[in-house]
Order: sequence, then structure tokens, then C-alpha cells
Amino acid sequence: MNGYNFAYLDEQTKRMIRRALLKAVAIPGHQVPFGSREMPLPYGWGTGGIQVTASVLGAGDTLKVIDQGADDTTNAVSIRRFFARTAGVATTTDTEQATIIQTRHRIPEKPLRKDQIIVYQVPQPEPLSKLEPSRAETRRMHALAEYGAMHVRLYEDITRFGHVAISYDYPVMVNHRFLMAPSPIPAFDNPKMHMMPALQLFGAGREKRIYAIPPYTDVRSLDFEDHPFRTTRAPHCCALCGADDSYLDEVVTDDAGGRMFVCSDTDHCETRQSQGHTGTGEPLSKRAAAREVAK
Amino acid sequence: MTDDTLLSARGLSLHFGKIPALESVDADLWPGEVLAVVGESGSGKTTLLNVLSGRMHPDSGTVWYRDPHRRLHDVHTMPAPALRALHRSDWGYIHQNPRDNLRMSVSAGGNVGERLMAAGNRHYGNIRAEAIDWLTQVEIDADRVDDMPRTFSGGMLQRLQIARTLVTHPRLVFMDEPTGGLDVSVQARLLDLIRSLVARLDIAVVLVTHDLAVARLLAHRIMVMQRGVVVESGLTDQVLDDPQHAYTQLLVSSVLQV
Amino acid sequence: MTAKLMLRVEALSKQFTLHLRGGLRLEVLHGIDLAVHAGECVALAGPSGAGKSTLLRSLYGNYRADAGRILVRHDGAMVDLATAPPRTVVQVRAKTLGYVSQFLRVVPRVSAIDIVAEAARGLPPEAAHTAAASLLHRLNIAPRLHALPPATFSGGEQQRINLARGFIGGHPVLLLDEPTASLDAENRDIVIAMIAEAKARGVAIVGIFHDAAVRSRVADRLLHVTPLQDAA
Repeated sequence: MNGYNFAYLDEQTKRMIRRALLKAVAIPGHQVPFGSREMPLPYGWGTGGIQVTASVLGAGDTLKVIDQGADDTTNAVSIRRFFARTAGVATTTDTEQATIIQTRHRIPEKPLRKDQIIVYQVPQPEPLSKLEPSRAETRRMHALAEYGAMHVRLYEDITRFGHVAISYDYPVMVNHRFLMAPSPIPAFDNPKMHMMPALQLFGAGREKRIYAIPPYTDVRSLDFEDHPFRTTRAPHCCALCGADDSYLDEVVTDDAGGRMFVCSDTDHCETRQSQGHTGTGEPLSKRAAAREVAK
Repeated sequence: MTDDTLLSARGLSLHFGKIPALESVDADLWPGEVLAVVGESGSGKTTLLNVLSGRMHPDSGTVWYRDPHRRLHDVHTMPAPALRALHRSDWGYIHQNPRDNLRMSVSAGGNVGERLMAAGNRHYGNIRAEAIDWLTQVEIDADRVDDMPRTFSGGMLQRLQIARTLVTHPRLVFMDEPTGGLDVSVQARLLDLIRSLVARLDIAVVLVTHDLAVARLLAHRIMVMQRGVVVESGLTDQVLDDPQHAYTQLLVSSVLQV
Repeated sequence: MTAKLMLRVEALSKQFTLHLRGGLRLEVLHGIDLAVHAGECVALAGPSGAGKSTLLRSLYGNYRADAGRILVRHDGAMVDLATAPPRTVVQVRAKTLGYVSQFLRVVPRVSAIDIVAEAARGLPPEAAHTAAASLLHRLNIAPRLHALPPATFSGGEQQRINLARGFIGGHPVLLLDEPTASLDAENRDIVIAMIAEAKARGVAIVGIFHDAAVRSRVADRLLHVTPLQDAA
């Protein structure tokens, strides 16, 4: 294994991280500090997620790594190869085949199973960070469940924009107790976290925090009674597979403003295509895209 | 403590090193009454306010609070979450500098609505309506509900702080020099507002001020402090018109007449 | 049927200790006795500086009595204001004991009519306003002045607002300190009429009336207050 311990980290470190994970699972949504190690890539590139994956990975696991839903971006490929080399585990792009899925900023479209683990890469674990600069104070707020400030933030959005203008990293209440930052997944993905059969683990390497949502936990996005949480997606069909219910990436195809909308989840899209679903295959002109939105 | 006292302190003492901030101070407060604590700088009046409100711990002595269900709580030994909850609901604290108690980058409506949201109110329309109602009560134009406090004058900020604090109808409000630092005409308006709100809502107030005229205008009872000691206390007009203690006589005679 | 005893003063004594003048002691009142029944008016008489105002203020609790008792019939019982806790004094003043001082203490921003309406206990705001307006009208305060804060009013106008505030409360015991001092003949007569009506309603009044003619028309009895010290 190229002179590295299994999955790169030494056993003591993995134990330390697993202890943190156990604490995190025991208190859903609560941030547990951990001794984040030096990793062979800088902060901001997924060190937290990698450390969590390294600690739960076993020789028999099959690992999938996605970045904004895609298996084939540079980072996803690098991390997948990293674990292939240091742990010798099987890797896949197929959501259904994976036992561990490490993700940056998306939840796969296909519902996960109870024998799967999803590991989120988290840049900022503190949902109150923009409202309260003092970490000591945010810890107190979490301890006392004083979350008025976050509702004020939502109130301000509704006042200014008529709706809550948080499109990603939309704060959620976990198990009716802790306010949690779900990582910069689109708000569209939030409902998937609720009562998910899979174990959800969150790792923030730079901030040195771990948190977790055990299977089948209540996870609700914050809202107001008269302004309930709504998911939004681009009002188009995937140009490749025709899906009208998946989260879409907008891809600019030429200098005239032409664009294509394709599934962000590459595995989902390819699977649908292999099943015979097709889209138009053609980019939309800027005007046509706007027309679809207006509809 | 009698059966209907709202707040009661006995034997409060606090030293900062050798400096006596409080020396065996007793105080009682009944529902709906205003108690002024006056004195010059260093008298201990602000320290007393901090100790009464649980923000500072005394070296000795106790502060009792009677909640709406008539249960007694020792302010300094009650659990921190309970004390914080008290500060957000049943109690209020008006700071001398309103910026200490406002979110400057949150709209006026958001500032006023925050205590409602903290108390579990989840209906945007209702929260906003109540915020607008309170802004009107403190004489801030209702159409400023979405404006940032950054655009408000000093007097408006203070009135906004009052709205934000009173929105949960606290029974007891601590006020630390609420008119300090404001222009005289602005002060007058604010005092009039405090006077009518306190009377109408039947709020008990502990008011710290160095201004005897403010005490006379707002308070039923007054406590005069000097170097941590309460030198005289009683009916406001009696203490100010017929001062018994030498220090009180000095204070009263030092006030400039317009 | 004898009228109810509303106010009884027993052996009231008061002195001032001026700490700023080396502890100089001024004895002003000594052993004052007084009984006032419902419907009667007792005038305090005596030379200037004798202690009449001091006595009146002591009766209100504005000055502290050093010895003796000041018993007021409040809620059916006689309450000793000299030793009552401040809260009780506040309650007695709210319900039973009214005081019209010699000078109006001006509160910024509050209009004349509000000053009077605020003192109208037990009335809803609208009724209080109406009562205040009619009382001010009776005292010849022009309607255009009602909405103005009285800081810029003349002494006589201020005194009439003071009087309106004192009379509107319906207190069963009233203390009046020079109620007609700044008034012209016409307004003086109005005030005298108001005092007579109050007496007819059973109000017990203690007053200081500088003008002997006024005194003779309103007072049923005189209490002579003699100076204990030579006026300084």
C-alpha cells in the first residue's frame, strides 16, 4: 500500500475521529470538536470529509466520491484515487453500488439505503457564524437553544425579497433540538436529509468540527408558518436524459449565451440515459431559456 | 420579602479589590412601581443594577425574584438557561447606549420582532404587524419598519431599543441612564414616552440615573447611593424636597435651575 | 349626623437639619393637633414663614414628620402617613389625598388637557378628556390652549391648570396651598365656588389662603400656625 497506513491516517487518529463520530451520532446536529490532522491537500479542498471517510472506511467498502454531483471533476477523481491507493478499496460511480459516498455540495438523486453512509465536506460548520462573530457565544446559543437570531435572518430575507433567499447551506433543525448547517448543498436537497435511512456524517477540516445525523432522524428546514420552506429548481428538463425532477446544472455552451441544463448528478443522468430516457440533446438559446423560466 | 414583592435584595456587597462597589445594600420592588437609584459616578448605582439583574455576582447577599406563577427564584443561583430566558421574556434591560442592544444591520422590524421569534412565534405576518404596532407606540413612523437602524438618530435608536425590549410585555425592566447622552429636547420626548408606557403597561422599573429631575419625573421611590452605600431612600418627592442625609442635601442643592 | 373624621393630626413636629450649614437645626412645627371632618374647610393662618406650607406639605407626605401622627381615612381605615411605607403613601395619594401646590411643576411635552386628564382617576380616556376640557373651560382656559404644554403659560394660567388637576381627581381630602394667589377676581370667585361645591360633596379641605377675604368665604375654621423661630 505504498508505505501508508490503511486509508492514510494512523490508527490512533482514526480512533480519535471515530470517538468524535460516536459523540456526534449520539447528539444529532451537535458539533463535536476533533483533532483535525494535516492532510496532503490544503484546507478548503475536503480535508474534513476525507478524514471522516478514512476513519469509517473498511477493506470491504465500495467508495463513491462526487463533487457538485459529478464523479468526473478533478477533485472527485483525485480523492477517489487517493483512497484507491491508500486503502485499496473498490471504487465506483454507481450510487446504488456504493457503501460509502463522500460528497461535496450535493446529495445524490437516488434515495440512499440504510447500509450506506454519506460523508459531507463542510466548509463552515457553524450555522450562526454570519450572525454572531463570537464562537463562545454561538456555543452558548446552541447549548441553550437560543436560535432567535437565525429566525431574524429569515425574517429579514422575507422583508427584503419576499421569500427566504438562502439557496444553499439552508439551516435546518435536527431532531427538534440543534440548528445545523447542512453544508453548501442546494436547498433543493434539504428534504432528502429528513428521515434518511443512511447515516449522514459531516466533516469540517479547517474548522475542526464533526457532526452527524443518525438514520431516520427528523430534519426540518427553518421557515415561517405563512412562508413555508419550498424547494426550487431550474424549470427545465435535463437536455441529456429529459428528467424534470432532478437538480440541474446550467452549462454555457457558446459565446452567444446559449446554455444547456443537465442533471448535476452525473450517475443519475447516465443511468437514465442507459434506460432509454433522452432529452433534446440541444442547447437552448438565451431567449428560449428565459421563455421557459417565464412559463 | 412580602407576599407581593416582585424583586427583593438583601445584604448585597461587592468589592472590586479594595473599592467598595456595594456595601450591604437592601432593595425592594413592587409590581408596577418605578424605583430610581441615583448617585454620582462611583456611587455603585450601575453595579447595583447589574447585580439585581444577575449580570454580575455579588460577594455576598441575595436577590430574589417572584415569577408570574408566584414562585421565588434566587437570581444568582438559578440555572443560567433560566436566567437568560428570563432576560428574554419577563425582564427587560434598557442600555444607556442603544447600540449595545440593537442589531444594527437588521431592520427595525426585525429588531423588534426578535424577542417574539425567540419566544417561538413563527408567523411572519403577525410578527411584522406587532413590530409595526410597537414602532407606532414609540413614535417611530411605521413605514420605517424595514429601515436599518444605521439610518436612525440617537433618540430613535433609544426608542427602538425600548420597543424591542417591551414587545414581550416584561413585568420588570432595568434601565441604565436611558436618556444619557441625548439632546435635551430628545430627552423630553423619551421621558414622556417612558412615563406613559410604564404607567399604561404597569411595568416595574429599576431606573439608574444621575439626573434628579429624571428621577422626580419617573419614579415613585428613590434610593440615593454614595460610594456603595444607600444613604437615603423613600418617596421620591419627599427625598428630593426634604432630604435628611447630608449627601442627599448636597446633591439636591447642586442641581442647576433653568 | 356628625360628619366623618377624615384627617386627624396629633402632636405633629417637624424640624429641618441643614447639614450644609454645619448641621443647623430649624424647628418649624411642634405639637400640632388638628381634626378635619368631611365637608369642612380648615384654613391655616399665620404670618409668612410661620410654617403653614411646611405643615401642608407634611400632611401630604412631601415633608417628613419627625414626631406625631397624620391619620387619613383611607379605604375605611385611619392610616398614619407619618410612618407609612412609601408605597402606602403613594396609594393614599392616588385615591384619598389630593394636593394643589402653589406652583405647577411643568412636565415637558405634556399638554394642559393631558395634565388634567391624567389625574382623572377611574375614568376611561375619553371621559377623562371631556371632564378635563370642561373643567379647564370653567377655569377660563381657552380651548386653543388645551393642547399646548403649559410651560409658556402665565402664572395665573398655570395655577388654574394646577387647580383643575387637583379638583378633577375627586379626592375626599384636599390640601390647597394658596389656590387663588395668582388669580384675578373673576377666577378667584370660580375657585371659591369650586371649593364650596367640593365641601358640599363632603370633601375635607385644609388650605392656605393668603387673601383674608377669600379665607373668610371658604374656611369654617382657622388653625393658627405660629412661628417657632424668628424668620431668618
